[in-house]
Amino acid sequence: MVTERDVEYIGMLADIAIDRGELAEFTASFNRILEYFDILDKVTVEEDGGDSAIVNVFREDDVVPSLSPEEALSNAGETEDGFFRAPRVM
Amino acid sequence: MNVIVGLEIHCQLDTATKLFCGCSTDYRDDAPNTHVCPVCLGLPGALPVLNRRAVEYALRVAKALHCSVPEESVFARKNYFYPDLNKGFQITQYDKPLAVSGYLDIEGDDGEKRVRIARVHIEEDPGRLVHKGGSDRPRYSLVDYNRAGIPLIEIVTEPDLRSPQEARRFLNKLRATLEYLGVFDSEKEGSLRVDANVSLEGSERVEIKNITSYKGVEKALTFEITRQKNAIRRGQKVVRETRHFVEARGVTTSARSKEMEQDYRYFPEPDLPPLRVSDWVDGIVLPELPDARRQRFMDQYGCSPIHARTLTGDIRIAEFYEKVAGIDPALAATWVADTLLGELNYRDMSISAVPPEIFAGLLSLLKDRAITDRSGVEVLRVILDELKETGTCETPEACVGRLGLRVISASGEEGGDDPVTRAAREAIEENPQAAEDYRNGRKEALNYLVGQVMKKTRGCAKPADVHRVLLRLLDKGK
Amino acid sequence: MGAETLDFRPDDKYHAFLKIVPEAQYGPGRLSGVPVAVKDNISTAGIETTCASRILSGYVPPYDATVVSLLKAEGAAIVGKTNMDEFGMGSTTENSAFGPTLNPRDPGRVPGGSSGGSAAAVAAGLVPLALGTDTGGSIRCPAAFCGIVGLKPTYGRVSRYGLIAYGNSLEQVGPMAATVSGVNLLMSVICRHDPRDSTSLDAPYSHTPTMDIRGTRVGVPEEFFGEGVEPRVASVVWDAISLLERKGAEVVTCRMPSMEYALAAYYVTCMSEASSNLARFDGVRYGPPPDHRKPWHEAFQERRREGFGVEVRRRILIGTFALSSGYYGKYYAKAQAARRNVRRDFLRLFSEVDVIAGPTMPTVAFRFGEKSDPLSMYLSDILTVPANLAGIPAISVPCGKVEGLPVGLQIMGRWLEDERVVDVAYAYEQGAGQ
Repeated sequence: MVTERDVEYIGMLADIAIDRGELAEFTASFNRILEYFDILDKVTVEEDGGDSAIVNVFREDDVVPSLSPEEALSNAGETEDGFFRAPRVM
Repeated sequence: MNVIVGLEIHCQLDTATKLFCGCSTDYRDDAPNTHVCPVCLGLPGALPVLNRRAVEYALRVAKALHCSVPEESVFARKNYFYPDLNKGFQITQYDKPLAVSGYLDIEGDDGEKRVRIARVHIEEDPGRLVHKGGSDRPRYSLVDYNRAGIPLIEIVTEPDLRSPQEARRFLNKLRATLEYLGVFDSEKEGSLRVDANVSLEGSERVEIKNITSYKGVEKALTFEITRQKNAIRRGQKVVRETRHFVEARGVTTSARSKEMEQDYRYFPEPDLPPLRVSDWVDGIVLPELPDARRQRFMDQYGCSPIHARTLTGDIRIAEFYEKVAGIDPALAATWVADTLLGELNYRDMSISAVPPEIFAGLLSLLKDRAITDRSGVEVLRVILDELKETGTCETPEACVGRLGLRVISASGEEGGDDPVTRAAREAIEENPQAAEDYRNGRKEALNYLVGQVMKKTRGCAKPADVHRVLLRLLDKGK
Repeated sequence: MGAETLDFRPDDKYHAFLKIVPEAQYGPGRLSGVPVAVKDNISTAGIETTCASRILSGYVPPYDATVVSLLKAEGAAIVGKTNMDEFGMGSTTENSAFGPTLNPRDPGRVPGGSSGGSAAAVAAGLVPLALGTDTGGSIRCPAAFCGIVGLKPTYGRVSRYGLIAYGNSLEQVGPMAATVSGVNLLMSVICRHDPRDSTSLDAPYSHTPTMDIRGTRVGVPEEFFGEGVEPRVASVVWDAISLLERKGAEVVTCRMPSMEYALAAYYVTCMSEASSNLARFDGVRYGPPPDHRKPWHEAFQERRREGFGVEVRRRILIGTFALSSGYYGKYYAKAQAARRNVRRDFLRLFSEVDVIAGPTMPTVAFRFGEKSDPLSMYLSDILTVPANLAGIPAISVPCGKVEGLPVGLQIMGRWLEDERVVDVAYAYEQGAGQ
């Protein structure tokens, strides 16, 4: 069982706010879905790896032109002196 | 109380392009966000493609550190939010790193010491944040993604270090090794960052983050160990926590983050197939590494153990030495290890700033005894100052000529009229008391007169000549 | 290159498009002047690309997805971006932030999803060809519901570069068209090795479909006709399989035990991946910006709450939970083990049969609002997700109707045998039309 507090905590991990009004519905649907996922308990986990269709995909260390500064910043909501602007981190 | 230290070292690999895209890594002098593309900006839909050279470089490191390379290694996503993170996750390696279980031998507090390496893995650098509005309470942040995606290797040691000095020596040796391998350039700003785990035996472990210089590691550890010892002495407990090193003040401060315990939710990166490169290791031919070169310097050039260690502690110094050693290996060793490095350090200059042929010219003058040691130091200082100021300098020959520093010889004959003899006569005339004292058996008076002559000849006279001439004149006047 | 302009001003009464390019440029090539619709999670340089999400509104990619470059190189006219469930998360196209698409076969019903806009654009005759994407059935489901053909290629045959990721270990871009020939043509254009996609395979597609399927062994797993499959749908699909048999195919029934937990494995996987893939949407580099007056955690949390719809947030949250410390082993790791079992089941079956056939969807198209409970919507994907888990090719071809609504026949094939599933679909299509 996942509680409303659990869902709020997951929201913090995922950096998504959850409205108080949504919390009950989210918690209920979580529990129904997670209960369905319990079927996976039947599966035994073996040592994984070695079953990849492809391995070792590389590019050579050759410089490719970058975007122009205009292109790089064209979709940003807020910029300043060529930087992207972000909320304060402290 | 035993000190227990483990290090996590992040080094930028010196590739031409980023880890997962073709953007140039040569960004340091450029405007923000000029070395970015859909991949390293984290634009929707862009996909990473791994730089082969980054893997080759990391494997070179793994081999040099005597690591074993598992058959398969896997990239993983480390999920966390921060504005400098272009995708909301960092591509790194987690439970299947590139290399594990190696070691590096260093000079420990009690002789030769083996420091175990737990793992070496590849990851991408995040972008760079600039805090606006003062460091106390920034109003907002600015983000530059030029650095985002630069290839890093993270090298994690076991907790085998026992003092800040050992930690510094380990780092110096590691840096030298990486530079000998040709995969790392320590002169690039921010190319190395260290997190340190430090504890006192029986107490909780503290992680110090954000140490960005070699000197910083020793300082941060010294501060932190003192802090922990004091806490225990006062009967307090050391709290398990993450602390930040504040370089400017030389202290560590508690991160005291209100954020919850980090949960990075690692899982395999679906956009990158696994690596199976263990068989590459045999094909890697390692270059000569610091220990081997040190031995060779002793064997080939007859360097003393101390000189050999100093000269091989940095690949730039070692290569510089080898370029000038042909003139006279012993003279070169002394002048590089004892004189040049000190003068560079005083000026906060790198040996890369000094053209070897210039220094070779100076050594030739010294070898031919065309200038005295004292003049040699003077010429070196002048030249280094010029290099620091303008990036170029005159030749030592020209400098000697301009300053009139060429050695002045005394003529062999009695009653000669060379500058040394003239200066010696003057010195005796001007200091009759000293001459008198000498004649009366006070031998130290001679040293005073020698000094006077050296001053008059501006150090260009050979001390042996001065001695000889003074004795002759003084004895004559007896 | 002499670019020409295609006048494209359709009456989009089913809301198939989020963005129409009324004067689309095109050049010479195999698709010269052919209008092609592109699902809105595929990046198009200079054309707004939103994934039907508010969090990307206004985002104009500075680059083309590889598939779009390939289309342009063959002269196609990119005439618009089609509606979808936000970020591909849904089976109805009701989860679009910009309103649902209607099913041209019955406007009271959903077109399926998440490539509902592409399917509706083709079904309504607005375009002959469209690109969809399929993470767990998102091409095949709307193809079945709208009565068109849709192929999910072998994982790796079509580049994902420029496809805005939802469940990146599962999804492929694929062709949608009214006929198998159309799908075949579009596949031959978009299937190329791409050095910008590390999971791309070097297996180009150049194929002329054949109706001759004599000797082809067709496996029919019991589980594809199990609980939840509407009996009338099952009956129509059995009729279709009988037609294949009359054309010379050999039909055998078989078992696929991993179907029991395939759907759970699929949802745990795609939600986990989505929680990470969608972490980049913070409004700093693109999309509406966060409130800079607030500290960043608060600002990002608000931005993402406002920007993502309910279903997207639900999947991100459950995916975050499934990867979080203490639950990784119970969910993510188990799902990967289950996924290997699905792959093994297919390997075993494909040692006995050449293709596997069954219904694409357990029912016909839903009415709007019918699947408002998330779990009941998830359950409708049970028949399409196994192909994504195994990375194998699967096609849906119309095979009749129930109460006037289209039913899809699904053909799955061995890894890299996209050509064979196209042949079987073609044989059915041509045989049914005779």
